Amino acid sequence: MVTREIKVCNRAGIHARPAANIVKVANKFKSELFLEKGTMKINGKSIMGIITLGATYQSTLTMICTGPDEEEMAEAIDTLFKNRFEE
Amino acid sequence: MSEFTILDLLDLDLKEHNHLGLTCIAGRTGLSRKITTSKLSRPGLPLSGFFEEFSNNSIQVFGRGEQVYLHKLENEHNLASVEKLFSYDIPCCVFCDGGNPSPRFASLAEDAGTAILKTELLSSDFSRRLYQTLDEVFAPTETIHGVLVEVYGIGVLITGESGVGKSETALELIERGHRLISDDTVRLRNISDNYLIGMGENPMLAHHMEIRGLGILNLANLFGVGAIRDRKQVQLSVKLEPWDSEKNYDRVGENSLHDTYLGISIPMVLIPVKPGRNIPVIIETAARNERLKKLGYYSAKEFDQSVLKWLESESARKTYYINEETH
Repeated sequence: MVTREIKVCNRAGIHARPAANIVKVANKFKSELFLEKGTMKINGKSIMGIITLGATYQSTLTMICTGPDEEEMAEAIDTLFKNRFEE
Repeated sequence: MSEFTILDLLDLDLKEHNHLGLTCIAGRTGLSRKITTSKLSRPGLPLSGFFEEFSNNSIQVFGRGEQVYLHKLENEHNLASVEKLFSYDIPCCVFCDGGNPSPRFASLAEDAGTAILKTELLSSDFSRRLYQTLDEVFAPTETIHGVLVEVYGIGVLITGESGVGKSETALELIERGHRLISDDTVRLRNISDNYLIGMGENPMLAHHMEIRGLGILNLANLFGVGAIRDRKQVQLSVKLEPWDSEKNYDRVGENSLHDTYLGISIPMVLIPVKPGRNIPVIIETAARNERLKKLGYYSAKEFDQSVLKWLESESARKTYYINEETH
């Protein structure tokens, strides 16, 4: 299991398109992805789930990856957040 | 629940029989104070000067009696106990029965930075509603991945891994006239360790659904207001899983499975998914069966009873034939 803190760097926060990007990247891996914000813990492979987090600009999320390719997945998601979802 | 302030209490969108009818009339600076307990306090004893065991972290409810007593204290120019009351860090004071605090009381509250709220409700009615509201606010919650639908009046929580077809199943159920509470993320609340309430995580985004190939849909607009619901008690858990030919699935339905969320156990059915199986019909049937069970009729057990009875009568008949043969 890999746990990492990630920060939302794009100004608009995580809306539909970034959420779709996260799911797209997450689905390339076999591992499971969970995102946590406050008391909420949602499945990172579901668009509606990610949007419901209401992750605004500069908010911090906890990413939890578990599975056979957890390291690679964590790295890919981390890069995606750092690149501001290629927006 | 992280923090719940007086402002959050005023912000709660409660309807009809749950409405608290609160307005803030003084001490606005105190609206950011936190409520940490679901208990209420009637400040009769503290007002008379008795402060032992004073629950200073609960909301102070002033009913008609307390208000008349306050009035009496004021006429006697004896407000020492009120000043002492405000020296505690109480969350807020609520005046019921549409009563108003005196200007003196309001200014003391203002100085202490304690909010004074007012409601037209009777204190007994207000207390009951507030207890219920706060019980729910402080209830343990858990957010899970699944879909909550109401099928024939039964709250059915559908879970299963991503891509197993939860949303599609729910869509078909809605098409058949059932109601959606929440798709994808369901917030469960344990109400007094008694039952589970499920609702959408965010009321602003509720009743939307993501269907692969179509994108995000607003079901309230597509199917009308009759196809949605805000909250519902979770009474049946349905687990969808890909068909595993190695696994033994329940064929008789005699042993009831259970699922536990937040320490509350609810009946569960495990449904293997494979192309050609009509899952919505199976879920509808499971919901009907659940209703029957609640009425005390247990299909599988009744069936077994009938079989046993029949076997017995058959064997009883057989004894006559055996007798005939020996003659």
